[in-house]
Amino acid sequence: MSHPATDTREALLEQLLRLGDDCLVLGHRVSEWCGHSPILEEDMAMPNMALDLIGQARSLYTYAGEIEGKGRGEDDLAYLRGDREYRNLLLAERPNGDFAHTMLRQLYYAAFMEPYWRETAKSTDVTLAGIAGKAVKELAYHIRHSGEWVIRLGDGTEESARRMADAVEELTPYTDEMFQTDAVTDALAEAGICPDPASLRSEWERTIDTIFADANLTRPTIDYPQIGGRTGFHGEEFGHLLSELQYMQRTYPGMTW
Amino acid sequence: MSVVSLDQAEAKQRAWDAAATVPDPEVPCVTVADLGILRSVDIVDGVAVAKVSPTYSGCPATQFIEFAIETALREAGFEPRIERVLSPAWTTDWITEEGKEKLREYGIVPPQKSSNSVRSLFGETTVTCPHCGASDTERISEFGSTPCKALYRCKSCTEPFDYFKCI
Repeated sequence: MSHPATDTREALLEQLLRLGDDCLVLGHRVSEWCGHSPILEEDMAMPNMALDLIGQARSLYTYAGEIEGKGRGEDDLAYLRGDREYRNLLLAERPNGDFAHTMLRQLYYAAFMEPYWRETAKSTDVTLAGIAGKAVKELAYHIRHSGEWVIRLGDGTEESARRMADAVEELTPYTDEMFQTDAVTDALAEAGICPDPASLRSEWERTIDTIFADANLTRPTIDYPQIGGRTGFHGEEFGHLLSELQYMQRTYPGMTW
Repeated sequence: MSVVSLDQAEAKQRAWDAAATVPDPEVPCVTVADLGILRSVDIVDGVAVAKVSPTYSGCPATQFIEFAIETALREAGFEPRIERVLSPAWTTDWITEEGKEKLREYGIVPPQKSSNSVRSLFGETTVTCPHCGASDTERISEFGSTPCKALYRCKSCTEPFDYFKCI
């Protein structure tokens, strides 16, 4: 696919914000389970996974701020942008729903990002390669954890299987966006900075299909992909997420811990 | 060509010794040197530069550890500077043999090198109970009390214990 050419540095800044926003927004969603998980072990697992994601977001935002060179740091980028300026995948912002929805969302994302970070760890950009080298190990645990739950619920009781199947039907149309390419992804793939997301689709499908086979689930074809997050168009729930996420900085501008 | 004076080498060693004694705040039986997160200490233009690698991206202890190393260096009479090094990524393989022994004595099973495929579902790692030595153990949770640990239970002596995850 050919897209209009873009400056590599500009593309890198844009991609760092996309990846950082994915981590921050999904990390925030996962953290919403803290104190509400069905069992104590999950009450520890959820904040642990959220911490991984928010830690990755911090590294990405800090680097984005350096690339941008306008003096913005991680807090400015995380808390002081409007909804249209966030570039996260719509999948990352989907509401938690029930535990089946949350675990499937995590699996869909992690099964994409684990190979993404593995390839990025070989990046010509050493800072990004360093961030990726940490993240890939963390995401492998997310695949394992969420994959086990998807199997347990999909191959569980009548009710858990029904809820898991509902989650598959609702969330699968949001997965197409992960593989979308544009001028930004083209420029970065060309420069050997980030992998072409489309090239990771077959591995993602293999990972999901292997898990779904054990979970008695079928991966549906996507007739109407849900996209828009990468260009700043979000679902209506996103505003509510941001109002909670940004509350402190908006109420007490410039506050620090 | 730069000449490293004996004093400089001695100062470097003293700075390392000071930084290396800092314990991990979450697993206080081991030091930052045992864990391998203290990568190096160099004297650069009179400043003691400590390079530190975080264990996990979101490890809440990272900033505390950096602050503790900075304090230890300052107390030893150095002007400290901490540099966070992300690449190469920290791995549990960097935990020293001594560190692993300290973990075991503390009741935390040290990571088992290359024995754990993080992609395998319902992982089959055999983890030996640190209390009674039995290998009949089961994983209760992949995510334990800190990001670096998983929670296990011994089916023989029924005691729960932590396993330091392999990454």
